[in-house]
Amino acid sequence: MVEFALPANSKVTEGKTYKAPEGTKNVKNFKVYRWDPDTEDNPRIDTYEIDLDTCGPMVLDALIKIKNEIDPSLTFRRSCREGVCGSCAMNVDGTNTLSCIKDINDIDNDAKIYPLPHMPVIKDLVPDLKQAYAQYASIEPWLKTNTPAPKNRERLQSPEEREKLDGLWECVLCFCCSTSCPSYWWNGDKYLGPAALLQSYRWIADSRDEETDARLDNLEDPFRLYRCHTIMNCTKTCPKHLNPAKAIGEVKVAMMQRK
Amino acid sequence: MTPGQRPLSPHLQVYKPEFTSASSIFHRITGVALAAGTILLVVWFVAAGVDGAAFNSMQSFWGTIIGQLLLGGWSFAFFYHLCNGIRHLFWSTGRGFDLSSARNSALIMLFASLFLTGAAWVWGFLLMEKI
Repeated sequence: MVEFALPANSKVTEGKTYKAPEGTKNVKNFKVYRWDPDTEDNPRIDTYEIDLDTCGPMVLDALIKIKNEIDPSLTFRRSCREGVCGSCAMNVDGTNTLSCIKDINDIDNDAKIYPLPHMPVIKDLVPDLKQAYAQYASIEPWLKTNTPAPKNRERLQSPEEREKLDGLWECVLCFCCSTSCPSYWWNGDKYLGPAALLQSYRWIADSRDEETDARLDNLEDPFRLYRCHTIMNCTKTCPKHLNPAKAIGEVKVAMMQRK
Repeated sequence: MTPGQRPLSPHLQVYKPEFTSASSIFHRITGVALAAGTILLVVWFVAAGVDGAAFNSMQSFWGTIIGQLLLGGWSFAFFYHLCNGIRHLFWSTGRGFDLSSARNSALIMLFASLFLTGAAWVWGFLLMEKI
Protein backbone atom coordinates (compact mmCIF):
# COMPACT_ATOMS: atom_id res chain seq x y z
CA MET A 1 0.00 0.00 0.00
CA VAL A 2 1.17 3.51 -0.71
CA GLU A 3 2.41 5.17 2.45
CA PHE A 4 4.71 8.08 1.79
CA ALA A 5 5.72 8.72 5.41
CA LEU A 6 7.68 6.32 7.60
CA PRO A 7 5.84 4.54 10.47
CA ALA A 8 6.35 6.11 13.91
CA ASN A 9 8.91 3.50 15.00
CA SER A 10 10.95 4.09 11.84
CA LYS A 11 11.42 7.86 11.96
CA VAL A 12 15.10 8.65 11.94
CA THR A 13 16.66 10.72 14.71
CA GLU A 14 20.01 12.47 15.07
CA GLY A 15 22.68 10.24 16.65
CA LYS A 16 26.22 10.60 17.92
CA THR A 17 29.18 12.23 16.20
CA TYR A 18 32.56 10.52 16.32
CA LYS A 19 35.21 13.20 15.83
CA ALA A 20 38.38 12.60 13.87
CA PRO A 21 41.62 12.92 15.92
CA GLU A 22 43.06 16.46 16.20
CA GLY A 23 45.17 17.47 13.22
CA THR A 24 43.56 15.11 10.71
CA LYS A 25 43.68 16.82 7.32
CA ASN A 26 41.62 14.86 4.81
CA VAL A 27 38.33 14.36 6.67
CA LYS A 28 35.05 13.17 5.18
CA ASN A 29 31.83 12.77 7.13
CA PHE A 30 30.09 9.42 6.91
CA LYS A 31 26.48 9.66 8.06
CA VAL A 32 25.35 6.12 8.73
CA TYR A 33 21.89 4.74 9.53
CA ARG A 34 21.93 2.84 12.82
CA TRP A 35 19.26 0.77 14.51
CA ASP A 36 19.81 -1.54 17.44
CA PRO A 37 17.14 -4.27 17.92
CA ASP A 38 18.13 -4.60 21.60
CA THR A 39 16.84 -1.14 22.50
CA GLU A 40 13.47 0.54 22.20
CA ASP A 41 15.04 3.51 20.42
CA ASN A 42 14.17 4.73 16.95
CA PRO A 43 16.76 4.49 14.17
CA ARG A 44 19.39 7.24 14.26
CA ILE A 45 22.07 8.74 12.04
CA ASP A 46 25.57 8.53 13.50
CA THR A 47 28.26 10.73 12.00
CA TYR A 48 31.80 9.38 11.66
CA GLU A 49 34.60 11.72 10.68
CA ILE A 50 36.96 9.56 8.62
CA ASP A 51 40.55 10.31 7.68
CA LEU A 52 40.62 9.49 3.97
CA ASP A 53 44.44 9.40 4.00
CA THR A 54 44.32 6.21 6.06
CA CYS A 55 41.23 4.71 4.42
CA GLY A 56 40.81 2.48 1.36
CA PRO A 57 39.14 3.95 -1.75
CA MET A 58 35.67 2.38 -1.53
CA VAL A 59 32.69 3.05 0.71
CA LEU A 60 33.00 -0.47 2.10
CA ASP A 61 36.59 0.30 3.13
CA ALA A 62 35.29 3.22 5.19
CA LEU A 63 32.62 1.04 6.83
CA ILE A 64 35.22 -1.60 7.70
CA LYS A 65 37.49 1.14 9.06
CA ILE A 66 34.65 2.39 11.27
CA LYS A 67 33.93 -1.12 12.51
CA ASN A 68 37.62 -1.90 13.16
CA GLU A 69 38.76 1.36 14.66
CA ILE A 70 35.82 3.41 15.92
CA ASP A 71 32.62 1.50 16.58
CA PRO A 72 32.65 -2.33 16.49
CA SER A 73 28.87 -2.43 16.93
CA LEU A 74 28.28 -1.17 13.36
CA THR A 75 26.62 -4.02 11.48
CA PHE A 76 26.58 -4.64 7.72
CA ARG A 77 26.84 -7.53 5.28
CA ARG A 78 29.94 -7.92 3.13
CA SER A 79 31.93 -10.73 1.62
CA CYS A 80 33.80 -10.60 -1.69
CA ARG A 81 34.72 -6.87 -1.73
CA GLU A 82 34.81 -6.90 -5.54
CA GLY A 83 31.20 -6.65 -6.69
CA VAL A 84 30.43 -10.29 -7.39
CA CYS A 85 28.68 -11.52 -4.22
CA GLY A 86 25.98 -8.86 -3.84
CA SER A 87 26.16 -8.83 -0.05
CA CYS A 88 27.05 -5.19 0.64
CA ALA A 89 24.10 -3.68 -1.26
CA MET A 90 22.95 -0.46 0.42
CA ASN A 91 21.74 3.05 -0.30
CA VAL A 92 24.76 5.31 -0.71
CA ASP A 93 24.40 9.00 -1.62
CA GLY A 94 20.76 8.55 -2.60
CA THR A 95 21.02 5.54 -4.90
CA ASN A 96 21.39 1.83 -4.30
CA THR A 97 24.73 0.24 -5.04
CA LEU A 98 27.32 -2.24 -3.82
CA SER A 99 29.42 -0.33 -1.30
CA CYS A 100 32.53 -2.32 -2.26
CA ILE A 101 32.59 -0.89 -5.80
CA LYS A 102 31.37 2.60 -4.92
CA ASP A 103 34.29 5.04 -4.95
CA ILE A 104 34.27 7.46 -2.01
CA ASN A 105 35.55 10.19 -4.34
CA ASP A 106 32.35 9.94 -6.41
CA ILE A 107 30.40 11.31 -3.45
CA ASP A 108 30.21 15.09 -3.12
CA ASN A 109 29.76 16.41 0.42
CA ASP A 110 28.89 13.99 3.21
CA ALA A 111 28.54 10.28 2.49
CA LYS A 112 25.02 9.29 3.53
CA ILE A 113 24.57 5.58 4.00
CA TYR A 114 21.24 3.83 4.54
CA PRO A 115 20.04 0.24 4.26
CA LEU A 116 18.26 -0.80 1.04
CA PRO A 117 15.08 1.34 0.94
CA HIS A 118 11.62 0.32 2.17
CA MET A 119 12.75 -2.93 3.78
CA PRO A 120 12.37 -4.20 7.37
CA VAL A 121 15.67 -3.56 9.14
CA ILE A 122 17.26 -6.39 11.14
CA LYS A 123 20.10 -4.22 12.43
CA ASP A 124 21.89 -1.09 11.12
CA LEU A 125 22.56 -1.65 7.39
CA VAL A 126 21.20 -5.21 7.31
CA PRO A 127 17.74 -5.47 5.73
CA ASP A 128 15.47 -8.51 5.93
CA LEU A 129 15.51 -10.00 2.41
CA LYS A 130 13.22 -12.95 3.22
CA GLN A 131 10.42 -11.74 0.95
CA ALA A 132 12.76 -10.95 -1.94
CA TYR A 133 14.30 -14.43 -1.75
CA ALA A 134 10.85 -16.04 -1.59
CA GLN A 135 9.87 -14.10 -4.72
CA TYR A 136 13.05 -15.29 -6.44
CA ALA A 137 12.16 -18.88 -5.50
CA SER A 138 8.64 -18.38 -6.87
CA ILE A 139 9.94 -17.91 -10.42
CA GLU A 140 11.59 -21.36 -10.16
CA PRO A 141 15.09 -20.36 -11.22
CA TRP A 142 16.31 -23.61 -12.70
CA LEU A 143 16.24 -25.34 -16.09
CA LYS A 144 12.89 -27.07 -16.61
CA THR A 145 12.44 -29.60 -19.39
CA ASN A 146 9.82 -32.14 -20.48
CA THR A 147 11.85 -34.07 -23.08
CA PRO A 148 14.28 -36.84 -22.12
CA ALA A 149 17.86 -35.68 -21.59
CA PRO A 150 20.20 -36.44 -24.51
CA LYS A 151 22.43 -39.47 -23.92
CA ASN A 152 26.07 -38.86 -22.99
CA ARG A 153 26.01 -35.07 -23.42
CA GLU A 154 24.50 -31.85 -22.17
CA ARG A 155 21.52 -30.08 -23.71
CA LEU A 156 23.28 -28.05 -26.38
CA GLN A 157 22.84 -24.41 -27.24
CA SER A 158 24.24 -22.43 -30.19
CA PRO A 159 26.53 -19.46 -29.49
CA GLU A 160 23.72 -17.18 -30.73
CA GLU A 161 21.23 -18.74 -28.31
CA ARG A 162 23.76 -18.45 -25.51
CA GLU A 163 24.28 -14.77 -26.34
CA LYS A 164 20.65 -14.06 -25.43
CA LEU A 165 21.52 -14.75 -21.79
CA ASP A 166 24.19 -12.04 -21.68
CA GLY A 167 23.06 -9.17 -19.49
CA LEU A 168 20.91 -11.62 -17.50
CA TRP A 169 23.19 -14.26 -16.02
CA GLU A 170 25.49 -11.61 -14.48
CA CYS A 171 22.87 -10.62 -11.87
CA VAL A 172 24.25 -11.14 -8.36
CA LEU A 173 20.85 -10.87 -6.61
CA CYS A 174 21.85 -7.87 -4.51
CA PHE A 175 18.28 -6.46 -4.82
CA CYS A 176 19.53 -2.92 -5.43
CA CYS A 177 17.04 -2.74 -8.32
CA SER A 178 13.96 -4.07 -6.52
CA THR A 179 14.49 -1.78 -3.54
CA SER A 180 14.97 1.27 -5.82
CA CYS A 181 11.57 0.74 -7.43
CA PRO A 182 8.67 2.85 -6.08
CA SER A 183 6.25 0.28 -7.45
CA TYR A 184 8.02 -2.37 -5.35
CA TRP A 185 7.94 -0.05 -2.33
CA TRP A 186 4.15 0.28 -2.51
CA ASN A 187 3.29 -3.25 -3.65
CA GLY A 188 6.30 -5.36 -2.68
CA ASP A 189 4.03 -8.05 -1.22
CA LYS A 190 2.34 -8.67 -4.58
CA TYR A 191 4.67 -7.29 -7.27
CA LEU A 192 7.72 -9.52 -7.87
CA GLY A 193 10.10 -6.60 -8.44
CA PRO A 194 12.81 -6.13 -11.09
CA ALA A 195 15.34 -8.60 -9.62
CA ALA A 196 12.99 -11.60 -9.61
CA LEU A 197 11.54 -10.60 -13.00
CA LEU A 198 14.97 -10.27 -14.63
CA GLN A 199 15.77 -13.74 -13.30
CA SER A 200 12.46 -15.01 -14.63
CA TYR A 201 13.34 -13.69 -18.08
CA ARG A 202 16.77 -15.34 -17.82
CA TRP A 203 14.94 -18.72 -17.96
CA ILE A 204 12.30 -17.59 -20.46
CA ALA A 205 15.11 -16.50 -22.81
CA ASP A 206 17.02 -19.78 -22.38
CA SER A 207 16.69 -21.91 -25.55
CA ARG A 208 17.06 -25.12 -23.50
CA ASP A 209 14.14 -24.37 -21.19
CA GLU A 210 10.90 -26.07 -22.25
CA GLU A 211 8.48 -24.58 -19.73
CA THR A 212 8.24 -21.04 -21.14
CA ASP A 213 4.43 -21.17 -21.28
CA ALA A 214 4.12 -22.22 -17.65
CA ARG A 215 6.61 -19.52 -16.66
CA LEU A 216 4.55 -16.87 -18.47
CA ASP A 217 1.33 -18.23 -16.93
CA ASN A 218 2.93 -17.73 -13.53
CA LEU A 219 3.54 -14.04 -14.34
CA GLU A 220 0.16 -13.33 -15.99
CA ASP A 221 -1.26 -11.27 -13.16
CA PRO A 222 -2.11 -7.59 -12.60
CA PHE A 223 0.48 -7.37 -9.84
CA ARG A 224 3.27 -9.95 -10.23
CA LEU A 225 4.45 -8.57 -13.59
CA TYR A 226 2.29 -5.63 -14.57
CA ARG A 227 3.05 -3.35 -11.63
CA CYS A 228 6.14 -2.40 -13.63
CA HIS A 229 5.45 1.10 -14.98
CA THR A 230 8.89 1.53 -16.58
CA ILE A 231 10.04 4.01 -13.96
CA MET A 232 13.62 2.95 -14.87
CA ASN A 233 15.09 3.33 -11.35
CA CYS A 234 16.13 -0.34 -11.51
CA THR A 235 18.28 0.09 -14.60
CA LYS A 236 19.63 3.39 -13.39
CA THR A 237 20.81 1.92 -10.09
CA CYS A 238 22.04 -1.58 -11.07
CA PRO A 239 25.68 -1.80 -9.87
CA LYS A 240 26.36 -4.48 -12.51
CA HIS A 241 25.00 -2.25 -15.30
CA LEU A 242 22.29 -4.72 -16.25
CA ASN A 243 18.89 -3.67 -17.56
CA PRO A 244 16.02 -5.15 -15.52
CA ALA A 245 13.54 -2.73 -17.14
CA LYS A 246 14.39 -4.13 -20.57
CA ALA A 247 14.12 -7.72 -19.30
CA ILE A 248 10.65 -6.95 -17.93
CA GLY A 249 9.76 -5.30 -21.27
CA GLU A 250 10.83 -8.51 -23.04
CA VAL A 251 8.61 -10.58 -20.74
CA LYS A 252 5.67 -8.30 -21.62
CA VAL A 253 6.45 -8.71 -25.34
CA ALA A 254 6.63 -12.51 -24.93
CA MET A 255 3.28 -12.35 -23.13
CA MET A 256 1.71 -10.53 -26.12
CA GLN A 257 3.32 -12.74 -28.77
CA ARG A 258 2.15 -16.11 -27.43
CA LYS A 259 -1.46 -17.18 -28.01
CA MET B 1 12.46 -9.34 18.04
CA THR B 2 9.62 -10.07 15.63
CA PRO B 3 9.71 -8.58 12.12
CA GLY B 4 6.60 -6.51 12.85
CA GLN B 5 8.57 -4.38 15.30
CA ARG B 6 11.40 -3.86 12.89
CA PRO B 7 11.68 -0.34 11.51
CA LEU B 8 11.09 0.27 7.82
CA SER B 9 14.17 1.67 6.11
CA PRO B 10 13.78 5.17 4.60
CA HIS B 11 12.69 5.25 0.95
CA LEU B 12 11.22 8.43 -0.59
CA GLN B 13 12.97 10.37 2.18
CA VAL B 14 16.44 9.40 0.96
CA TYR B 15 16.16 8.18 -2.63
CA LYS B 16 17.55 10.57 -5.25
CA PRO B 17 14.93 11.68 -7.80
CA GLU B 18 15.95 10.83 -11.37
CA PHE B 19 14.79 12.48 -14.58
CA THR B 20 13.25 9.19 -15.73
CA SER B 21 11.44 8.54 -12.45
CA ALA B 22 10.15 12.13 -12.42
CA SER B 23 8.75 11.69 -15.94
CA SER B 24 6.97 8.58 -14.69
CA ILE B 25 5.38 10.07 -11.57
CA PHE B 26 4.34 13.08 -13.65
CA HIS B 27 2.50 10.69 -15.97
CA ARG B 28 0.50 9.50 -12.97
CA ILE B 29 -0.10 13.06 -11.74
CA THR B 30 -1.28 14.27 -15.17
CA GLY B 31 -3.55 11.22 -15.35
CA VAL B 32 -5.23 12.17 -12.09
CA ALA B 33 -5.42 15.83 -13.18
CA LEU B 34 -7.04 14.78 -16.46
CA ALA B 35 -9.68 12.75 -14.64
CA ALA B 36 -10.50 15.67 -12.34
CA GLY B 37 -10.41 18.17 -15.22
CA THR B 38 -12.71 16.05 -17.32
CA ILE B 39 -15.41 16.43 -14.67
CA LEU B 40 -15.16 20.22 -15.07
CA LEU B 41 -15.35 19.80 -18.82
CA VAL B 42 -18.53 17.75 -18.45
CA VAL B 43 -19.98 20.44 -16.19
CA TRP B 44 -19.26 22.92 -18.99
CA PHE B 45 -21.11 20.78 -21.57
CA VAL B 46 -24.03 20.15 -19.20
CA ALA B 47 -24.29 23.90 -18.60
CA ALA B 48 -24.57 24.38 -22.36
CA GLY B 49 -27.46 21.93 -22.36
CA VAL B 50 -29.31 23.57 -19.46
CA ASP B 51 -29.82 27.12 -20.65
CA GLY B 52 -28.03 30.24 -21.80
CA ALA B 53 -27.61 31.68 -18.33
CA ALA B 54 -25.89 28.54 -17.00
CA PHE B 55 -23.65 28.40 -20.06
CA ASN B 56 -22.78 32.09 -19.78
CA SER B 57 -21.79 31.80 -16.13
CA MET B 58 -19.52 28.82 -16.98
CA GLN B 59 -18.10 30.79 -19.92
CA SER B 60 -17.28 33.77 -17.74
CA PHE B 61 -15.62 31.43 -15.20
CA TRP B 62 -13.32 30.02 -17.89
CA GLY B 63 -12.47 33.62 -18.82
CA THR B 64 -11.09 34.40 -15.34
CA ILE B 65 -7.41 33.93 -14.54
CA ILE B 66 -8.18 30.85 -12.43
CA GLY B 67 -10.26 29.41 -15.26
CA GLN B 68 -7.52 30.08 -17.80
CA LEU B 69 -4.90 28.50 -15.52
CA LEU B 70 -7.10 25.43 -15.04
CA LEU B 71 -7.63 25.13 -18.79
CA GLY B 72 -3.92 25.64 -19.40
CA GLY B 73 -3.02 22.99 -16.87
CA TRP B 74 -5.62 20.62 -18.23
CA SER B 75 -4.43 21.02 -21.81
CA PHE B 76 -0.79 20.47 -20.78
CA ALA B 77 -1.80 17.41 -18.74
CA PHE B 78 -3.65 16.13 -21.81
CA PHE B 79 -0.69 16.51 -24.16
CA TYR B 80 1.83 15.23 -21.60
CA HIS B 81 -0.25 12.14 -20.93
CA LEU B 82 -0.76 11.62 -24.65
CA CYS B 83 2.94 11.95 -25.55
CA ASN B 84 4.10 9.79 -22.65
CA GLY B 85 1.45 7.25 -23.62
CA ILE B 86 3.06 7.05 -27.08
CA ARG B 87 6.43 6.58 -25.32
CA HIS B 88 4.90 3.68 -23.41
CA LEU B 89 3.70 2.17 -26.73
CA PHE B 90 7.32 2.07 -27.93
CA TRP B 91 8.33 0.36 -24.70
CA SER B 92 5.52 -2.15 -25.26
CA THR B 93 7.28 -3.26 -28.43
CA GLY B 94 10.48 -3.90 -26.46
CA ARG B 95 12.28 -0.76 -27.74
CA GLY B 96 13.93 2.20 -26.02
CA PHE B 97 14.93 0.61 -22.72
CA ASP B 98 18.59 1.59 -22.54
CA LEU B 99 19.30 4.49 -20.21
CA SER B 100 20.20 7.06 -22.86
CA SER B 101 17.11 6.24 -24.95
CA ALA B 102 14.84 6.44 -21.92
CA ARG B 103 16.32 9.82 -21.04
CA ASN B 104 16.11 11.16 -24.58
CA SER B 105 12.56 9.95 -25.09
CA ALA B 106 11.57 11.67 -21.83
CA LEU B 107 13.10 14.93 -23.11
CA ILE B 108 11.46 14.65 -26.53
CA MET B 109 8.12 13.81 -24.91
CA LEU B 110 8.39 16.81 -22.57
CA PHE B 111 9.20 19.29 -25.34
CA ALA B 112 6.57 17.79 -27.64
CA SER B 113 3.88 18.18 -24.98
CA LEU B 114 4.95 21.78 -24.25
CA PHE B 115 4.95 22.57 -27.99
CA LEU B 116 1.54 20.97 -28.57
CA THR B 117 0.05 22.82 -25.61
CA GLY B 118 1.39 26.14 -26.95
CA ALA B 119 0.23 25.33 -30.47
CA ALA B 120 -3.27 24.41 -29.27
CA TRP B 121 -3.58 27.72 -27.41
CA VAL B 122 -2.29 29.79 -30.33
CA TRP B 123 -4.74 27.99 -32.58
CA GLY B 124 -7.54 28.60 -30.09
CA PHE B 125 -6.86 32.33 -29.85
CA LEU B 126 -6.61 32.63 -33.66
CA LEU B 127 -10.02 30.95 -33.96
CA MET B 128 -11.43 33.38 -31.39
CA GLU B 129 -10.19 36.37 -33.38
CA LYS B 130 -11.96 35.10 -36.51
CA ILE B 131 -15.23 34.99 -34.58
